[in-house]
Amino acid sequence: MSNAAHPTPVDRPRSKGGPAPALTHLGGATATRARELIALYPEPRSALIPLCHLAQEQEGWLSPEIMADIAALLDLTPAEVLGTASFYDMLHTEPVGSHLVSVCTNIACLLNGAMELLEHAESTLGVNAGGTTADGAVTLEEAECLAGCDGAPCVQVNHRYVGAQTAESFDQLIADLRSGARAAEIPTHGTLNRVARTTGLQADRDQIANERAAMAEAQAQRAAAAKDTAANKAGA
Amino acid sequence: MPVTGAPKIITGRIGHADSHTLERYLATGGYDGLRKALAMTPEAVVHEIDTASLLGRGGAGFPAGRKWAMLRQSPVTYLVVNGDESEPATFKDHLLVERDPHQLIEGVLIAAYATQVSQVFIYLRGEFALGLERVQAALNDAYSHGAVGNDIFGSGFSVDVVVHPGAGAYICGEETALLESLEGKRGFPRIKPPFFPAAIGLYGEPTVVNNVETMSNLPWIVLNGGSAFAALGEGRSTGTRLFALAGHVNRPGVFEIEMVKTTFRDLIHAPVLGGGIPHGRELKAFIPGGVSAPWFGPDEIDLPLGQDEVADAGSMLGSGSVVVMDDHTCAVRASWRITKFFARESCGQCTPCREGSGWLEKIMERIETGNGREDDLDLLLDVCDNIAPGLTWPPQQTTICVLGPSIPSSIGSAIQMFRDEFLVHIKEGGCPYG
Repeated sequence: MSNAAHPTPVDRPRSKGGPAPALTHLGGATATRARELIALYPEPRSALIPLCHLAQEQEGWLSPEIMADIAALLDLTPAEVLGTASFYDMLHTEPVGSHLVSVCTNIACLLNGAMELLEHAESTLGVNAGGTTADGAVTLEEAECLAGCDGAPCVQVNHRYVGAQTAESFDQLIADLRSGARAAEIPTHGTLNRVARTTGLQADRDQIANERAAMAEAQAQRAAAAKDTAANKAGA
Repeated sequence: MPVTGAPKIITGRIGHADSHTLERYLATGGYDGLRKALAMTPEAVVHEIDTASLLGRGGAGFPAGRKWAMLRQSPVTYLVVNGDESEPATFKDHLLVERDPHQLIEGVLIAAYATQVSQVFIYLRGEFALGLERVQAALNDAYSHGAVGNDIFGSGFSVDVVVHPGAGAYICGEETALLESLEGKRGFPRIKPPFFPAAIGLYGEPTVVNNVETMSNLPWIVLNGGSAFAALGEGRSTGTRLFALAGHVNRPGVFEIEMVKTTFRDLIHAPVLGGGIPHGRELKAFIPGGVSAPWFGPDEIDLPLGQDEVADAGSMLGSGSVVVMDDHTCAVRASWRITKFFARESCGQCTPCREGSGWLEKIMERIETGNGREDDLDLLLDVCDNIAPGLTWPPQQTTICVLGPSIPSSIGSAIQMFRDEFLVHIKEGGCPYG
């Protein structure tokens, strides 16, 4: 959709037609889901962030090869994909452990011992915030507010709330993650949404356009009628 | 009176363990509001929302009906729901998307019909993994039920709804940044004017953007009438509202409260609400509406929970989150952490915000760690003044969006209310609270 007042990079014609781009790293089923996601949006580029989440399901992070695949799917350059991905905390351009443990230290958690919990986590895991344990099981992150302030200090694992944590419960949590005891509830890093969209809009664009035109006409008629009534009242 | 007899407009269902399912939703009057709306004209639905005088629940408090009225001049192309809830200590939309996703979807459909929009996007912050699953599952069920999609409930109105995940960026709660993000770009706010979403929004088309809580109110308003909603609360603050209470309270949580009729004292201390401050400690200060808001002290505790009442007292009700700090709290440490948040989340477009937030964080950190200098307080206020000239409330703006001018709130409040604590940090090289 072109809009002179607001030109976007998406407007530039890029594709020269021809066969669909060959994907080197996004697997068959993932590529199919990617094309389904793209079809949901009026502009393909809108699917960029959903595609990055989808791609992270494979390896937990966005490698240059995967970003090149996303770019091919969206008719963008890899730099445009990286440009967007690098802005967002949840999109990782470096490898991440299989469990991303996010400890919020923002105000409500700070007041409830979050700094002390983070220090405990750093010493017990042997990494600083931002680091990954040697076995690749855990990446520790100091997070901004996760909107779970009634369970402070708030901790998420792979973006799933695990409730307020003490030093003791945190150690148990890490042991459970390593043993796989909570695998059903907390999927491996990268899997954000396990519920797929099962349906789309059956109505075609023409039908919607017809509906809107009919409704607009009915609204105009009602407005005209209301005006007539008001004029009659004023006249009387 | 801490709790009035006002009905639970948007939290009535969440006591049920299965409140997120279609079965529970239908058993408790679900989608009746949508059916009623579809039998009305779109203008009549807009009129009910106007009558309700529903103020937007996202933070700015702009009347939803008036927002829609601005759109009636020209056809609207998109409806975008803002569920990027990221204002620190705000967790009300979290509750709504996880515990009552059908109520959100029904509200969204009513809004789509009222504004005659055929394409809706629900933008949820990416960290709501369970919320994303709950809303997508609810949407799948709603499609099967005939409430979304082609010719909904046989009304001749078709609409598609897409759940869109964010990816972790506070700034995307700002509506134009959210639209950029939804277009697959970095979350950079757009300059207003000309980029008011109602005129030039998603893909350059007229777009209405509303908050999750705002949408969730619509089924009740349509079913019970706008005047029933407007009869609750007082003045401009009508209806009930969700307040997220956190920090030093015995019962942190989200409470649905009739506007204006309840005070901050009730919210913090009433046994059925906050339940008081733990360990028998006293109140030191509280933040009345998210960390962008200036702080209040014990003297303001009897203010009512109303938009204008709080604004007149020099702060804002904002996103409806209240943070309580007891008398063992270090004001320097609290305001330093808030400043660090803004420095991390500044999108980097505007110099005063990008550079200012970094400088403020560094100065605050050296004071907090005992390395502050005597002229640091003046320096802090000077940098704040460069971001929001005059340090007035509401703040002056030198930046594209309001993130920048929000940074001085906590620093200014902390210095004004607890200057002695800053001086102790600087002169004695450490924190009196340990």
